[in-house]
Amino acid sequence: MLLKGNAVGRVLLLDEPLSMWGGLDPETGEIIDRRHPQAGLNAAGRVLVMPAGRGSSSSSSVLAEAIRLGTAPAAIILGESDDIVLVGALVAEELYGITCPVVVADGDTYSRLRPDEEVTITPAGVAFPAVGEG
Amino acid sequence: MELTLSEHDREMAAGVHGQAPALAMRILTHVAAADGALRFIDITSAHVDSCLYHGEAGLDFAERLAATGGRVAVPTTLNVSSLDLLHPDLVHADDRLRDRGRRLMAAYTAMGGTPTWTCAPYQSPRRPALGEHIAWAESNAIVFANSVLGARTDRYGDFIDICAALTGRVPETGLHLDEHRRARVVFRLVGVPDRLASAEVLYPVLGHLIGRATGTKVPAIVGLPPGVPEDALKAFGAAAASSGGVAMFHAVGTTPEAPTLEAALGGAAPEQVIDVDLAALRAARDELTTHLDGVLTAVSVGTPHFSLEEFRSLAALVSGRQVAPGVEFYVNTSREVLAAAAAEGTVHTLRLAGIDIVTDTCTYITPVLRGRNGIVMTNSGKWAWYAPGNIGVEVAFGSLIDCVDSAMAGAIIRDEAVWSG
Repeated sequence: MLLKGNAVGRVLLLDEPLSMWGGLDPETGEIIDRRHPQAGLNAAGRVLVMPAGRGSSSSSSVLAEAIRLGTAPAAIILGESDDIVLVGALVAEELYGITCPVVVADGDTYSRLRPDEEVTITPAGVAFPAVGEG
Repeated sequence: MELTLSEHDREMAAGVHGQAPALAMRILTHVAAADGALRFIDITSAHVDSCLYHGEAGLDFAERLAATGGRVAVPTTLNVSSLDLLHPDLVHADDRLRDRGRRLMAAYTAMGGTPTWTCAPYQSPRRPALGEHIAWAESNAIVFANSVLGARTDRYGDFIDICAALTGRVPETGLHLDEHRRARVVFRLVGVPDRLASAEVLYPVLGHLIGRATGTKVPAIVGLPPGVPEDALKAFGAAAASSGGVAMFHAVGTTPEAPTLEAALGGAAPEQVIDVDLAALRAARDELTTHLDGVLTAVSVGTPHFSLEEFRSLAALVSGRQVAPGVEFYVNTSREVLAAAAAEGTVHTLRLAGIDIVTDTCTYITPVLRGRNGIVMTNSGKWAWYAPGNIGVEVAFGSLIDCVDSAMAGAIIRDEAVWSG
């Protein structure tokens, strides 16, 4: 786990990496990269899942600003570690005391993440709804 | 094995040298542990990207560091800002952006950053040498430093850049280490006509294609002519860092760690070999254009910032010609390059032709363009990739010559011959 914390939210599964800068509007939480497969969806309060980070160095600033404004994802799950995402979340925690947990999921966990399913993030990792529940 | 701190690192973390280095070390240590680094290493320079205003969080962080006495420990250059302080009327910022942009710039200069305000610090004569460890942010600067200069920087972003500058330290990880610098994926140019292989317009398109295909893996490119010019490598790297997460590439026969393909691969076998043909390049070129049919309202070049050599090329193309009425034409560059180009007379030639020169910032990150209802033409893969989302414009991609011919004609003109078999 890159940044430990607690969160609950529905999975927003991205088919491709998203650069927060140029890709996420911190005022609204909307995905604004028009070439991204999930363009137009809103990441606020969701558990954002993406295979990796992408692109600009400014993404740390955009993520921190989204966290400050309350438009950020509730948590971020990555297929591979990404310092730019981690640092944005770390600085927001330092400045505002708001934690947006950042998790690197192994292949098995990643493949179990289903769009729109509610998952719980704890300092131990990702918890899925028990099989057979509603 | 765990992260071991030097005595000086421990002092900084404990606040012996002030609150600002302590906060910086706290962030650096967390990142170092996440990356599995065993120690920190010294850097010789930093390039800070965080001086572009993206909201209050970035300003809060900078002002907290500056207010607690933060001072850079190594020579530190500053990336583009939200404002053009030399030509303030070019940026149509509201009062709030003007105020916040200035405060952010002031915080970073107060900490000892050099007010370079450029995304292309590698165009300065004082640039890092082969093998130097540095902490650079801004994706195009990172990929250029690693690939073209052979200096060593990991993929630093906002905030960690100033943390590295304040402490002079970075985790020994990522592209600071040999094992991460070798190529993983080989791209072979196959059947690409010589005319295209030697054209400047190939490079942003190829960078865009390779970024899409390779993601964050280090690519090696074979089949390019030897001695590819720096401006072409700049355009390539900027596009590859935008469409993918490319922080280093090897242009075999050109870049310093790739005299041969074997050297680029570091003696290992590639994970993947991908052939790039003319059809793939044409498809990549088309991805950089959102609209071709419509009114041309502006042309923007110089993303990354225009070099002295690019000023010379553009001056030769526009000398004695005039940008058509109703078309805005912008060149983005740094103060340092602007001064050198002005001394050579090329700036005067550009201004006579009706071209505006933007410094300290760039046309796709802050409000510069007046007309946004038509199509903007650019020769930059990076500009074409980000501008539609950032500033809501339609984009047509073309070569520098296409951009000039279009600006003069007042309509989009593209030379298709170079893209034919």
